[in-house]
Formats: sequence, C-alpha cells, structure tokens
Amino acid sequence: MADRRTGSLLAALAAVCALLAIAAPGFFSRENLIDVLLGNVPVLIVALGATLVLLTGEIDISVGSVFAICGVVAGVTALAGAPMAITIVATCAAGALLGALNGALVAYAALPSIVVTLATMVALRDGLRWATQGAWVQDLPDSFQWFGLSQSSYPIVACGIAALLQAALAYGLRHVAAGRAVYATGSDPDAARLAGFDVAGVKAAVFTIAGALTGLAAIVNDVRFNQVPSNAGIGLEMKVIAAVVVGGTAIRGGRGTMTGTLLGVALLAIVGPALVFLGVSAYWERAIQGAIILAAVALDAWRLRRRQPGLSRAAVQPS
Amino acid sequence: MPAPVLLQADSITKSYAGVRALRGVSVDLRAGEVHALVGENGAGKSTLIKIMTGAVAPDAGTIEVAGQRVAHMDPHAARALGIAAIYQQPALFPHLTVAENIALTFESARVWRRIDWASRRRRARDLLASAGASIDPDRDVETLSMPEQQIVEIARAMGADARIVIMDEPTAALTDREVERLFGAIARLRERGAGVVYISHRLEEVFASADRVTVLRDGESLGTWPTASLDRARLIRLMVGRDLSTVFPKRDVAMGDVVLEVRGLSHRPSGVHDVTFGVRRGEILGLGGLVGSGRTELAEVLFGLRPADGGGIRVNGSDVRIASPADAIAHGIGYVPEDRRHHGVVLEMSIVANASLASLPAVARAGMIDHRAERSSASRYVSDLRIKAESVDAPVGSLSGGNQQKVALARWLATRPAVLILDEPTQGVDVGSKAEIHALMGSLAARGLAIVMISSDMPELLGMSDRIAVMRAGTIRSIVPRAEATQDLLLELALG
Repeated sequence: MADRRTGSLLAALAAVCALLAIAAPGFFSRENLIDVLLGNVPVLIVALGATLVLLTGEIDISVGSVFAICGVVAGVTALAGAPMAITIVATCAAGALLGALNGALVAYAALPSIVVTLATMVALRDGLRWATQGAWVQDLPDSFQWFGLSQSSYPIVACGIAALLQAALAYGLRHVAAGRAVYATGSDPDAARLAGFDVAGVKAAVFTIAGALTGLAAIVNDVRFNQVPSNAGIGLEMKVIAAVVVGGTAIRGGRGTMTGTLLGVALLAIVGPALVFLGVSAYWERAIQGAIILAAVALDAWRLRRRQPGLSRAAVQPS
Repeated sequence: MPAPVLLQADSITKSYAGVRALRGVSVDLRAGEVHALVGENGAGKSTLIKIMTGAVAPDAGTIEVAGQRVAHMDPHAARALGIAAIYQQPALFPHLTVAENIALTFESARVWRRIDWASRRRRARDLLASAGASIDPDRDVETLSMPEQQIVEIARAMGADARIVIMDEPTAALTDREVERLFGAIARLRERGAGVVYISHRLEEVFASADRVTVLRDGESLGTWPTASLDRARLIRLMVGRDLSTVFPKRDVAMGDVVLEVRGLSHRPSGVHDVTFGVRRGEILGLGGLVGSGRTELAEVLFGLRPADGGGIRVNGSDVRIASPADAIAHGIGYVPEDRRHHGVVLEMSIVANASLASLPAVARAGMIDHRAERSSASRYVSDLRIKAESVDAPVGSLSGGNQQKVALARWLATRPAVLILDEPTQGVDVGSKAEIHALMGSLAARGLAIVMISSDMPELLGMSDRIAVMRAGTIRSIVPRAEATQDLLLELALG
C-alpha cells in the first residue's frame, strides 16, 4: 500500500530540507538534529497507537492526559525505589488500563469515541491536577534519568525503541491476520462482522494498545529530566492526530499506513524548527501546521470524490 | 358521469443503469376512488410512485395533474400540486411534537414568522379528529405507535389539502384492528374527494378497499380493472405468468445426508418464529416469500447475527449453538448477504484480501499471513469463478456487480463451508453473470454443498431449487418440492 501519499510526503520533506540546506545549514548541526529527534520520538510512539485507533474509524483525543498521568506514575514508581524495568512496565500498564477504559466505553457501551475521549481527556487531566495539587515529582533517583544510561547513549536507545515499534507495527499491520481485522473494521464494520471478526474486540484492543504506547512514550520522554511535570502532554492529541492524518490515514478509518505516520510526524517536526532557522516568527508554526493538515485532508476528500461520484446518484436505486 | 381525473400518468418509462424498471406504464386516478397497484417484488410499483411523487424523474412519459401537464415534477412541486405520500415507515420528525409535524406542511416557510402555538394545536386536533383519531398534539412523535404515526401522516396530508394521497404498503406493520382504523381514515379521505393510490401485498385489503386495480408485471402494466370484475385467482394469475427460459436450471444430483437441520427456531424481536426445515448435501433449498416475510432475518439468525432465542440448530447431526458469525463460520455455515455493496465485500480492499477475509487462519501460519498462499488461493477462485478483473490486487470496488458477487462467493467458498446461505444471489446482476452464478451454484451443489437460496425472483426460485420453502409473517408456511411448485401456488402461499 505504498501509495501516492508516501511520494508527496517524501517530496515535501525533501523540499523543506533543501530549503534549509541552502538558507540555514545550521539546522543540520548534530546538536540540533538530536534535539528535534528527541523532541519527536514520544510524538511518534503515541502517533503509532493513534494510527491503529484511526484505522478502525475511531479517534482518541485523551492521549495528552494519559501521557501526563503515565509520566507521574513513572515518577512515583521510580521514587518508591522500584527498579527501572518495573517502572517501565508499570507506566505502560497504567496507559493500557486507561486505554482499555476508553476502549470499553467505545466498543461495548457503543458510545462515540470523540465524546468518550473528550470526557476522559478533561476528567483525567483534572483528576491528576487534584491528586498532585500541581506538584511535580522531584528528586528522582539517578537510575531514572537516561534509563540509568549515559546521556550520550540515551538518544540511540530512544530512537531504537521508536524504530523497533514502527517496524513491528508496520510489519504487523501487513503480515499478521489481526492487522487485516483492523483495516476491515475501519473500512466496513458490517462486512467485518459478517466475515467473523469481533469488531468490538478489535476496537477495545486498539484503544488498549494506544494507551500502552502512550505510557511508553511518557517514560521515554520523562527520563530526559530528573523531575516529572504533572501538566505534561497538553496539546499532544493535536500534534499526534495531525501527524497521522497528514501521513495519509483516513479519518473515517480503513486506510493508512505506519510509514505514512512516520513521514507525517517527520514533516510536522521539522516545520517548526525550520521557521526559527529561516528567521520567521515561531508564532507562524501552528498556522503553517494547520495549513498542512487542511491541505492533506482536502487532498483526501478530492481523491475520494473523484473515485465515487455524488451521493445523490447513489441514493437512487431501482426497487 | 365518472368522477374527474385527478392524476394521469401516461406512457411512463424508466431505466436504472440499463435495467428497464418501467416500460410505457399508464395509470389514472379519479376523485374519490381508491386505486390499487399490485405486482410481484420488483414489478415496478415503487418506481412508479417515486415518479408520481417527484422523487425520481422518468426517462419518458408525461404526468398530468387535474388536466394540466406537469413539466417538471420534484417533491416540492408534488406537494404544491396536492400530492402526499405515506410510506410503510412513517417519514415524520421523531423529536418534534405531533402539532409541529402537522404544522410543517401548511404553515408558511418564512423563517422569522411568529408561531401561534394555540392555533397550531387547535388545527392539529381538528385534523386528527377528521382522520378519525384523538392523539394529544403535544406528544413527541417518537412516543407514538406505528399506526398512530400513520394517522398523523394522514392528518398531515389532509392539512396540506392533499387531493392525491399515495400509500405504499401502509399496513405491512399493522395488526388487523389497526388496519381497520386506517381504512376508516382512508374512507374519510375519499369523502373529501381525494383519490388514493394504494399499494399492498395483502390481496384481501385490495378487494376490501380498492375501486380499481392496476396490475404491473416486470415493469409493464397489464391493464386496469374494476375490483368487482376480478377474483383472487385471476388477480394472482395476472401478477405472475412469465416464461422460465432465463434460468440455468439445476441439475439433479444425488443427495446425501442432512447437513443443516433447524427445529422450532425463533428470534422474537425480529418476528422469526417456529422455523423448521432441513437441507441435504447437494440440495438447493429455495426460500421464497414476500419482502418483509422474514427471510433475511431467518438467514441472519442462522448466521449468528441475531442469536436465536428458541429452538435448535444441528449441523452434520450434532447440536450447535450459534451466537456470532464466528460460531457460524466455525460450524461450516457461510452467508452471502443481500446488500452486497454494504455488507458482503469491503470495497476498498483488494480481491485477494476480500477472498481470504473469512478464512485467514487457512492462509496463515502462527498468525502470520502467508501472502503467497493467500494469492494463489485467490487466483484459483478468480479463475474458477471466472471473475473478470485486471489483477487480483484490484480493489473490489472497481469490479462490476456480478464480479463483486463472485468475490463475496469466493470468500465463503474459501472457508470450505458445509452450508452456504445466499440472499438474493443475482439481484442487480446482469443476465450473463446471472447465468454464470446459477451454473456455479449447480456445480457447488453437485460437489456436495448444501445451499439455502433466498430469492424474490420467481423463475430463479422455480428453476434452481430442489424444494421451495415459502415464508410468511416470520415462519415457513409450507415446503414444496420442485415438481409440484408453480408460480401461482408459491404466490398463493406467500400471500396467505
């Protein structure tokens, strides 16, 4: 399914890089590249989960709040003296639990996911604020920061985790039978049900996986410092959904790839810093990101319209 | 002197995607009469009323209302001309009150007008009274029963001063008492000088209420008769009666053991009850009956989409519980649904992915899809079923209707089923593909598959089935061997 979207994204990425190479070669300094990379590894990990959710035709806008809670869980667990491995598992489990809550409400209570996750986004965020009273988790043990590794080996580990996940999920969607179930559920839930798939189970599962990945992203992000903020991840859902949609995943589900998501994250990641290097005010960053999203969605809609002529014609059926 | 003609449809012709739905049909409606339109499923009744109400434009032919030719009929013009339609499923706004629903038709459409609630209610109460019902105008429509909603629609038609009222199967969901009430309302409509076009499958209603009957068959009008000049047998003969040459007849094959056995099967919420039958290896059991008689619902019960709440299912001699499609597939039951475009195939997916969708374990090892096995299996079905496509990777949405149907079939054949349920297997399929699908069904039966075929196509039912089970009101009324089946008999059984 290497479609035309992959090509346009690569072209756009190349164009921005070429512009930077000419106008601001300083962008490609080692320090800056690592900065951009590390800032976006967590976004990519969350976006991989969000791609699964969007592929089934649902959406999860609570990822920012889940991200914040998982970060605090990681901090508290580490502070309690748990070994790093346990901390990682606990953080992912917390994310999976919250994802499963969303998933159960969407899949089994048949509530619209945008409403469910809007509610959990607000409730979880305020719940966390109440629980922590806004205090950060501080004085974390040395074994927490950089996963207890050296600062120089951390980027390799972080990128390695993201790359591994990216490859595994891309492979899984294409080669594992369960991946087919995800696409079928999003393309046509009725047809999927008729083919014997447990559509509700698929939806519950993708929300749970997305939650676990959000937990993983939180800990990968938080080990960069020796304290964990209790207000992390505000606006993360926008970044993530934007990247997934720009990457070519259909907002109605059934179409999209993990490779597209990777490229979407990459494109949105370099636009912001590029502006700074090109001397444009950073206030334009969001406006330009917005424009990119609109362009991506408009392109999708245009292609879809070209493929299937007007509804009015389809609605008139012989009887 | 006959009453004045309210509506005259003349030589109406309409085709959908090359399929002739109506051919030169003429019909007239006089003031104060009830004019019944009868015909089998697919005879063209619905298309004709859609043209009368402006929902669909005819390819040729004219419509005159009160002697004036209507140049361009659309729903808005139809309303202005005093034409109102009442369907089986009432088309009211469920969250608005009765008074609001009725007021919508006769109040001006100006957005900033002041609403006089008191007169709205009064008007609604008067109209409901003249339709023969006392319904509180302040109730929300969604709290009303189906017949009450129909009365509201009739009151609305009266409020709009409709002279031409078209009713499409208004009694399909009503009990006998409710039908009487509806007939009372119809009588009041005709007293006001309105004409009623009445479509119903229930012939006793036609004889009870209609002054004249027009019979449609295969998109053509056979003529119009005063009801008094016809009897039931004659009317049924007019409705059926066409040659069977378009069917690829099923070969006789040796039948094996009973594969699927159903005893007293029920699913109360959808009206399916006490269904008992069996199908043998190599047999095609036709499932006939009118639209709405519960055939599709029965198929969905057998396939686990509506888990049965009574009775039992045996597959190959052992009792099974089917609570989901996955259960049905595990027990060797396949189902190609009627609405192929929406539920049978995933249009965005390739032929390969569609063909393997219900049998992924067969082409996977330890959860990993073996793409080569998957492709070769799909290629085999593409050549076996003669699916015409550029490649097996083409999205199914790019194929013709007949070929999409074959892909849906391929998916189920890949599960190696013991029983295949086909719901309207050739509906909306061109003649060539139809013959191919019939031939294919024959050879599948010869290979030992048991097939349950739901069909509204009489020649198909008579030509392809070894036995024909006729459903009416949610249950099988009778099972007729092919040798004894005739179109008249089947329609007689279906109508009850």
